Amino acid sequence: MKKIASDYLVYDEATGKYREDPEQKVRDDVEKHYWLNVARTVIKDWRLYLMLVPMLLVFLFWRYFPMYELLGAFKVPDDTLAVADRLYSGFSYFKMLFAGDSTMSVEFWRAFRNTFLLSFYGLCFGFPMPIIIALFFNEIKSNIARSIYQVATYLPKFMSTVVMTSLITMLVRRGSEGIGQFEGIEMGIISQLLCSLGLITEEVGQAGLLNNPDFFRAIYQISGIWETAGYDSIVFFAAIIAISPTSYEAAQIDGAGKMAQMRYVVLPSILSTIVIMLITRIGSLLNVGYEKVLLLYNSHTYVTADVVSTFAQRYGIAGTMIGVASAAEMLNNIVGMLLVIGANTIARKASDVSLY
Amino acid sequence: MKRKLEISELIFQILSYIFLTVFAICCIYPFLYAISAAISGREAVEYGQIILFPKDIQFEAFELMFGTNMFWNAYTNTLFLTVYGTIWAMGVAIFGAYALSKKRLLFRKTFNFFLVFTMWFSAGIVPQYLNYLDTRDVFNSIGITDDKWLIVIAMGMAAMNIILLRNAFEGVPSEIEEAAIVDGATEMQVLTNVYLPMSKSTIATVALFFAISRWNGYFWARQMISNSNEHPLQVFIRLQLEYYNDSEAMVGWNEPYATDSAVYALIVCSVIPILIIYPFIQKYFAKGVNMGGVKE
Repeated sequence: MKKIASDYLVYDEATGKYREDPEQKVRDDVEKHYWLNVARTVIKDWRLYLMLVPMLLVFLFWRYFPMYELLGAFKVPDDTLAVADRLYSGFSYFKMLFAGDSTMSVEFWRAFRNTFLLSFYGLCFGFPMPIIIALFFNEIKSNIARSIYQVATYLPKFMSTVVMTSLITMLVRRGSEGIGQFEGIEMGIISQLLCSLGLITEEVGQAGLLNNPDFFRAIYQISGIWETAGYDSIVFFAAIIAISPTSYEAAQIDGAGKMAQMRYVVLPSILSTIVIMLITRIGSLLNVGYEKVLLLYNSHTYVTADVVSTFAQRYGIAGTMIGVASAAEMLNNIVGMLLVIGANTIARKASDVSLY
Repeated sequence: MKRKLEISELIFQILSYIFLTVFAICCIYPFLYAISAAISGREAVEYGQIILFPKDIQFEAFELMFGTNMFWNAYTNTLFLTVYGTIWAMGVAIFGAYALSKKRLLFRKTFNFFLVFTMWFSAGIVPQYLNYLDTRDVFNSIGITDDKWLIVIAMGMAAMNIILLRNAFEGVPSEIEEAAIVDGATEMQVLTNVYLPMSKSTIATVALFFAISRWNGYFWARQMISNSNEHPLQVFIRLQLEYYNDSEAMVGWNEPYATDSAVYALIVCSVIPILIIYPFIQKYFAKGVNMGGVKE
């Protein structure tokens, strides 16, 4: 900023004259040598700043450089050149994704819709479950019984995606017909159970539930609840046990029964937790765990199972259409980011707690 | 004074016992079934006769697994990735979080944003894949030809874990630190003798988060490790499952166990270590979840 004369001059009452302001000079110096001062501080405190370096490098190399690779979505693919040196191709890949009736565009919109639907159903069915479980945990007065329940219900969360999906695959596996002297193999135990309950027909079970697009979403959601509901209840349970016993006593004196206590004591106390968790879930609506989908889906179930990440994986990593894949992920993740930021802003407004 | 239970309360309690019992059984049943199926005889498994308890008990499926070199190899690789991966990630995270927790750090907000932004926006798996390929080239050119080190160093860092640590460090009273500095402690000594002991439980939790995610890691290990001798356990399990399921591969006609039993045995073997340490670490995880509601 350009300085005008009056910035430097102050009126000196003792002499009745204007003189230069010494403090302004210092302020000016500080401003002029801002980076020098920063450097001085950093050098003096170099141990602290050195500690920061590995973390910054890790994030720069393996979180921010991939974002730079996204430039590939606007460029002509060429393996011999670095992404910056390639020729621009404009928005051609985005046009390919958007433009009406090419196979790729159809598949992309299907994947986008599936991504949204998988998380949306997760929100509808998966979200209330931990709250219900936490409410029930609160009713178990015996500590031993509660520990047993907790150990059992948290357990699936600790298993890897591969183990979970392998178990699911085996439990709903297809059967095979006997050939000649060899007897057939029975279908998975869960399929058998569903068959005997009359929920699915024998043929559907024999063909394998994971090969049937109608069942993918159900399998995904139910296994999701199995995996996480117990563990996710911890947050709500912690909020419930934080309620002071006097609140219940007061309600009892007022003649509140169990349901009334739920309605007027417990729910208002955990409402803020519920709101925050709900907002977090909404924020990550476009953030489907691709690993699980990748391990559960197959070419028979693309119709309901394919999500944007797996779409990108198929075209970009397994295939060679890197530009299209990057463009697809970029779109998905930008919308996802807007959702997260929006959700976080609402959370900040709705309560004192900010999520990040 | 013991209050008499009201009818509605009693009903609610019974209801919760029933509900939780059913849910808990649902949660652990698949694992119990896997164990039973792994040690049951061939016919019982193939005709779907196992419901909960094993039948015609055999241990050949387990013997097959234990006799496979690839299995032990995969186990060793997973241990390698878990141990070194956790040490590396914890080192980076502790130093970074410590620096970020200091009010006197210049550009603190910028650094924080640098971190938090990666939780909002991720480039996606294809750009990451390209980036890892480039990283592999760079690593090869400086003499690290082992893909395991690529996995250890380049992957598995999580901004959330650093923020958990940072919050714990911020909770350490500054008086204690000042006292240590007056006594002549260096920056490093302040960190190791004041901050680390005072946030032990958070450090344990975060280390567990890192370790579990390393132990369970699958996708990138499968993409980036080309040498099948270096595959970790999760990749090995998946490849075995694909082999048994897709190609209609059968164990030999004379074996006393079914194909399924071999897969179940592998699954059981892979979860045993987690089952053993699980009761001890479970409380740390519960704590970690409650720390999740963080403030800035």
